[in-house]
Amino acid sequence: MYDKGKIIAGLIIGMLIIMLPFWLNIGKTRKLPDPKLSEKAKLAEKCILPTDEMRSAHQVLLVEWRDLAVRDGERLYYSEYNQKKYEISLENTCMDCHSNKKEFCDECHNFAGVTGGSSPTCWNCHNEPKE
Amino acid sequence: MFEKALVGNKKYFTLIAILLTIILISFFVYIYQLKNGLIITGMGRDVSWGLYISQFTYLVGVAAAALMVVLPCYLHNYKQFARITVLGEFMAVSAVIMCMLFIFIDLGRPDRVLNVLLHPTPNSVMFWDMVVLSVYLLLNIVTGWMVLQYERNEVKPPLWVRTLIYIAIPWAPLIHTVTAFLYAGLPGRGYWLTAIMAPRFLASAFCAGPALLILLAFIIKRTSKFDVGNDSIQMLAKIATYALIANVFFLFCELFTVLYSQIPEHLDHFKFLIIGLEGQFQYVPLTWVSIIFMLVAIILLIVPKYRKTKVLLITACFLTLVGTWIDKGLLLMVGGFVPNPFGEIIIYWPTFFESIITMGVWSFGVLILVILYKIAIAVRCEIEL
Amino acid sequence: MDKIDRRLFLKIASLSILGVTAGSLLEVVNPKDFKDNSIEPLTKLKAKRWAMAIDLTAINEAIINNCINKCHVTHNVPNLRDKQHEVKWIWQEKYSAVFNEGDNDFNLTTLYKNKNIPVLCNQCDNPPCVRVCPTKATFSRDDGIVVMDMHRCIGCRFCMAACPYGSRSFNWTDPRPYIDKINEEYPTREKGVVEKCDFCMERLDRGELPICVEESKNTIIFGDIGNKNSEIYNILSRRTFLRRKEHLGTRPQIFYLI
Repeated sequence: MYDKGKIIAGLIIGMLIIMLPFWLNIGKTRKLPDPKLSEKAKLAEKCILPTDEMRSAHQVLLVEWRDLAVRDGERLYYSEYNQKKYEISLENTCMDCHSNKKEFCDECHNFAGVTGGSSPTCWNCHNEPKE
Repeated sequence: MFEKALVGNKKYFTLIAILLTIILISFFVYIYQLKNGLIITGMGRDVSWGLYISQFTYLVGVAAAALMVVLPCYLHNYKQFARITVLGEFMAVSAVIMCMLFIFIDLGRPDRVLNVLLHPTPNSVMFWDMVVLSVYLLLNIVTGWMVLQYERNEVKPPLWVRTLIYIAIPWAPLIHTVTAFLYAGLPGRGYWLTAIMAPRFLASAFCAGPALLILLAFIIKRTSKFDVGNDSIQMLAKIATYALIANVFFLFCELFTVLYSQIPEHLDHFKFLIIGLEGQFQYVPLTWVSIIFMLVAIILLIVPKYRKTKVLLITACFLTLVGTWIDKGLLLMVGGFVPNPFGEIIIYWPTFFESIITMGVWSFGVLILVILYKIAIAVRCEIEL
Repeated sequence: MDKIDRRLFLKIASLSILGVTAGSLLEVVNPKDFKDNSIEPLTKLKAKRWAMAIDLTAINEAIINNCINKCHVTHNVPNLRDKQHEVKWIWQEKYSAVFNEGDNDFNLTTLYKNKNIPVLCNQCDNPPCVRVCPTKATFSRDDGIVVMDMHRCIGCRFCMAACPYGSRSFNWTDPRPYIDKINEEYPTREKGVVEKCDFCMERLDRGELPICVEESKNTIIFGDIGNKNSEIYNILSRRTFLRRKEHLGTRPQIFYLI
């Protein structure tokens, strides 16, 4: 092999750069997310789906709601879980109850790195609740 | 073969460095556009497409013009062109890549560009344009590269490569036809609503493409040991002549229908460009420059004595390129959008930033062209010497 | 008990503090007044084909301005002053500019020539914008409304080139700084997407009429043209009307009564 030294040195430097995120975060700990419910959400007791389903798949539900409202003109949602009817609206239904976006949505999103470029772009158009 | 692009003289690397610098600068300007929106361009609610989309249109023509060397070689067995088909194909590769970039930088939400594939819409011409352009790009990369490689190894290209070449032949006019259909099917735009738009696009492409190839051939001859050869250049010039005459003839047909029928919705756009409308003459000089350049080019090309004089041939090619570029690379948008649906006159000029970004895309195309030509020429020299 | 000992004092004090805090908590949401977000079934307004008739003999600039204002405030339409970068859902133009095809030197133009009339998306029955959209971001609903799905639009502006009426607006820049007061119940848009009037489909879906119709003092009639008993059907079968650029075959559903 020609230029053995250069190649190996290059590989090592390359690896060091690729692993930069590990080096930068080495030895650090982070607080686990602790999303808080608003008073209104607490009193409502039940969301439209069981908590663990909401936690893992709220984004799927939001996309379904988006298509139902905009594309099908269907703005009524019946929750089998709590047997109530809701208007399909991010601002007027979801965020009216979960009015504490910073303590609720952002808590996990920030932890999981669902921010910046990879963040959902909902709030570029939809209005964030006033806190 | 790619290693050929990595060696070269000082001039070669200087050129690459200059191109990379322009690309880098325009990339930063593009970031600025991403942040601030397309408000940094000269476009607006009335002239809602501008320099970007017209460059795209012009370059689809350049890409389609590869046909003018491939077709005589493979369908008419014109052996002279066998040495330069790869130059045509690589020119098409560079042009199609520029086309795609121009479409991309024109989008308001480039991050969503894949929605076109996610929600395929067969009734949209833009969907089809994306499909045919992508296929054409692949066809030209593969055939250009494979033919070069097989020739280098002194074997005949296998059947599958030849099959792809025969597919690429009808595909070339197809891409420009589909591009013309982007415009020619819109009910409210009298300037574009014409059945002759696709033929006119093809005619202007088939004169501009060979003209560009002739100019490139002279540059190649000066900068390398590869000579395209006088016969090939003269043949390309003849092709450009016929196509240019067809282009001007189609323009004349267009003008006759519009001027004689005198339907205002069609007439006003032409009036605006040719003699001015409501006291606005901003584009009249450009229109006439375009027409006069094309007419002078026809005279220079049609007389054998002139065509065979190098300086005059170069002049004719230059006039053809500039004439068709003004027509298709700028006025196509202005003519189509002005007057607007309310009969108002809106003046569009590209802004400084818009021009820088445009130059950046062109530089990227030239960079690809230079690298691909460097490879092709080095390989050809290797075969022939 | 006339003497409060230390122990009792502490008891009372802590209880009252608890009471005050609890009271303040209850002020936020009183369980008795609590109403969750569930709703009664919406009574949607439905139609075979929505259409609008604008009575040019009755409408005036004050009404038009009010309609424009209410529409734009409701839908968070930004107020960009630069004419080429404006966003507008409904606005006014000279009659002679709206009906500008052919030779308009005589007849109607003399009557209305300098009158301003409202223009908006024509909600075409055969919309060129829908035909050209490469992502189905703009599409026709079953009731004929031509809708923009802002979530899907890639901002190619093919629809703007296709629209023969200049009814579409592109967000050349971020619109939010140009909205005087954001209506929290309706989203804004962001830079890079196309928008237009959608016949207030969100209001129709909750059983309300479009906002411009409500504000028009009965000079704009809105209804189901597919229903022979509707008011709009009757008016259109009685009165003379114009439609913009009918010859293009787009079948606009905005009728101008004259």
